Amino acid sequence: MESAAIKNEKKAHKQENMKKVTGSEAVLLSLIEEGVEVMFGYPGGNIMPIYDALYDYQQKIKHILTRHEQGAAHAAQGYARTTGKVGVCMATSGPGATNLITGIADAMLDSTPMVCITGQVGSPLLGTDAFQETDVIGITMPVTKWNYQVTKAADIPGAIAKAFYIASTGRPGPVLIDITKDAQFAELEFKYKKCDGIRSYIPVPRPVNEKIEEAANLINKAERPLALIGQGVILGGAEKEVVAFLEKAGIPFAWTLLGLSAIPTDHPLNVGMLGMHGNYGPNKLTNECDVLIGIGMRFDDRVTGDVKRYAKQAKVIHMEIDPAEINKNVKSSVAILGDVKETLPMLTEKVKANLHHDWVQEFKKCAATEYEKVISKDLHPEKPGLSMGEVIRRINENAKGEAILVTDVGQHQMVAARYTKFNNTRSVVTSGGLGTMGFGLPAAIGAKLGCPDKQVVAIIGDGGFQMTIQELGTIFQTGAAVKIVILNNDFLGMVRQWQQLFFDKRYSSTELINPDFLTIAKGYCIDGQRVSKRDDLDEAVKKMLDHNGPYLLEVKVEKEGNVFPMVPAGCSVAEVRLE
Amino acid sequence: MEQEFTITAFSENSIGLLNRITIIFTRRHINIESLTVSQSSIKGVHKFTIVVSATLEKIEKVVKQIEKLVEVLKAFYHTNDELIRQEIALYKVPTEALLNSNEIENIVRKNGARILEVTPDFTVIEKTGYKNETQELFELLEKVSGTLQFTRSGYVAITKNKHELLTQYLKEIDSIKYSTN
Repeated sequence: MESAAIKNEKKAHKQENMKKVTGSEAVLLSLIEEGVEVMFGYPGGNIMPIYDALYDYQQKIKHILTRHEQGAAHAAQGYARTTGKVGVCMATSGPGATNLITGIADAMLDSTPMVCITGQVGSPLLGTDAFQETDVIGITMPVTKWNYQVTKAADIPGAIAKAFYIASTGRPGPVLIDITKDAQFAELEFKYKKCDGIRSYIPVPRPVNEKIEEAANLINKAERPLALIGQGVILGGAEKEVVAFLEKAGIPFAWTLLGLSAIPTDHPLNVGMLGMHGNYGPNKLTNECDVLIGIGMRFDDRVTGDVKRYAKQAKVIHMEIDPAEINKNVKSSVAILGDVKETLPMLTEKVKANLHHDWVQEFKKCAATEYEKVISKDLHPEKPGLSMGEVIRRINENAKGEAILVTDVGQHQMVAARYTKFNNTRSVVTSGGLGTMGFGLPAAIGAKLGCPDKQVVAIIGDGGFQMTIQELGTIFQTGAAVKIVILNNDFLGMVRQWQQLFFDKRYSSTELINPDFLTIAKGYCIDGQRVSKRDDLDEAVKKMLDHNGPYLLEVKVEKEGNVFPMVPAGCSVAEVRLE
Repeated sequence: MEQEFTITAFSENSIGLLNRITIIFTRRHINIESLTVSQSSIKGVHKFTIVVSATLEKIEKVVKQIEKLVEVLKAFYHTNDELIRQEIALYKVPTEALLNSNEIENIVRKNGARILEVTPDFTVIEKTGYKNETQELFELLEKVSGTLQFTRSGYVAITKNKHELLTQYLKEIDSIKYSTN
C-alpha cells in the first residue's frame, strides 16, 4: 500500500514538473533556469518564434536590442567579462548568424564564457540553400568551444544546459546553439536539469602533487623569479590566492593585457604590463630572470616576441587549466595543471617566505629609465599637442581606480592599458587575442548593463569607433550610461605607427577624414564635448564622469604620436625599444 | 624531422566531430594521409585512426588539441613501430584473364590475396597488408590483366599494448560519476 502511495505521489510530482510548452518557450525557460537576466540580440525570420515567446517573458529576461548582431556578441562579452556570468546573445539565421562570428572568435581567443543562440531554417530545408540558410555550425566550428544544432524541440533544454556548462567551466569559451524553426514551433514536455558533467570533457585537470613540489623547489632556489599573471587568475577567481603566493615568496609580478586588474595596480610587487607595448622592465628582465612562473596565461606571441629568444636562461613553471597550452608556445620545466584557485594555495604552502630585494630593485631601475624616456612625456607632455597618456592620467585622477575600463583596439588601447589604474578585479574589458576594432562601444554597453552601479569608461579610437558606431542607437534606447572617450588623431594610429617605423612612412590608407562625432551623438541625444586644449581637459573629464547618463568626450590628440616602449615584431623581448 | 605518425582518437558518436578534428590539421597545414572512422570495441565509443606526416613536436600539440575537443575522450599518437596496422584493398579484374591462364591465380596465391567473387564479367580480389604490398599487387595485376577497378581503405591499427589504451582510462573516469547527456 505504502509503495503504491509513493508511486502515485511520484507520478503526480512528475506531472507537475512536466509542462507542455513550445520549443521557443523552452529556450526562455531554460535561460531563466540558468539565471540569465540580460541578453543581447537582434530578431529576424528564423528566430521569430523565440522572439514571440520572449514577449511574454520580458519581466524576467531583459533583452537588449543592439543595432547589429556583432554589437550583440561584443555586448555579451562585455557583460560576461565584468560580471563573471555567461554572456548570452541571439540572432537569426544566415546574415544574423554570420554577423555574430567576429564576437564569437573574439570570445574564443579571450576565453570568454558566452552562449549564442541562432535561429535556423526549418529542418526539412536544411542543406537546400534555403532563404537565409548558412551552415552556421560548420562556420563556427573553428571559433567555438562547442556548438550544436537542435532540430527537435525535445532536445532544447538538454542542449542549453550543456551549452551553459561547457561555456562556463574549465577554460571558458563561446558555445553556439543553432535551433531550427520547426523545433522552435514544436511542443515538448519541459523539464530542466542543469548539466553537471560530460563523460568526454574534463574541465579542470587534477593537479599532481609532485609537480607542486618540483615547482616549489625551483622557486625556493630562485634568486631572480618573475611571475606572469594572466586572465586565468580572474577567471578562476584566484585574486587573493595569487597575492598570498606572491607576497609570501616575494616575487615581482607582471600582468598580461588580459590579466590587468587582477591585483590592485599599486601593489608593491607589480612591475607592469607584458607584451609588445608593455613596460620596459618586465620585457627586458624576462630574459634575465632565473625562474619564470606563468600563472593562468598562455605565452601569446604578443607577450613572447621572438619565442626562440624568449626566457631561454630561465626555468619555466607554467600553471594552466588547459593542457593544450602546455609547451604550445614556450616549453616549461614544470607544468602545474589545474585551476590556479586550487593550485596556488598548494604552492604557497610549499614555498619559503622570501624577499628578492635586489631583484625587485632592478625592475625599479628599469621603471625609472622608462619614466624618464617615455612615461613622463606621455603623462605630462610639454609639447602643444595633447597626448593620449595625459587623457588617461586625467581619468585616473578623477575616477580613482574605481571605473571599469573598456577599450577598442589600437594605440589608445595600449596607452589605456599601460596607464589606467585599477583597484578592483574584472575592471578591464578589451579585445586581446583577436584585436577586434569595433569591440569597444558594444562591449561597454554590456559592461554597463552588467555593472550598472559602476562607472564604465570606454576609450576608443576614431577608427574603431566608426566600425560599430551604430551602437550609439543602443545606448540611446537603453540609456546605458557609458562614458565614451574618443582619442581622435584622425589616423588609424597603430597602423600608421608601423608604417612610420617599418614601412618608410608610406601612410597607405591610414588617414581618416572624420565626421563631426558630437553631431552624430547629438542625433542620438547623447551629450558631449570636444577638447583640444590641455587647459580644458581636466574640467571636461570631470564633467563627463559627473554627467548623469551617457556622454561622449572627443579629445583631439596629436596626430602622429607613437606608443612606446615597443618590442618590434620578430624581435626578442630584451630588444624592447624606448624610442 | 618529419615522420609518419598514427593518431588514434576515441570519441562520443556525434555529428560534426570529424570536421572539428580535421580543422585542427588544416589550421596547421598538415595533410591527412589516411583516415578511418568506425565504432570501437567499446559500445558507444567511436575510433578515429589518422595517419599523418609531421614533426613529433607538432604531433604532440595536435593531439592535445584533439583531446581538448569536448566530445573526444582520449587521443594518442604512435610511431609505426608501436603499431600493427593494415589496410585492405579490392581489385576488379576481367574474369576472362583469370580463365585464359593461371597467372592471376598464381599471383593471388603468392601475395596472400583471395578471390571474393567471380561473375562472368569480372572477378574481385581482396588483399590486406601494408600499403606497399597492396600497391605491389595492384601493379602486378595491372601488368598481367589490367584492373577494371581498384580501391583501398585507410589504415586500421592496433597497438602492441596488451589492452586497449582507452579501457583503462574509461575505468578511471567511470569511477567518478558522470552523466552522459
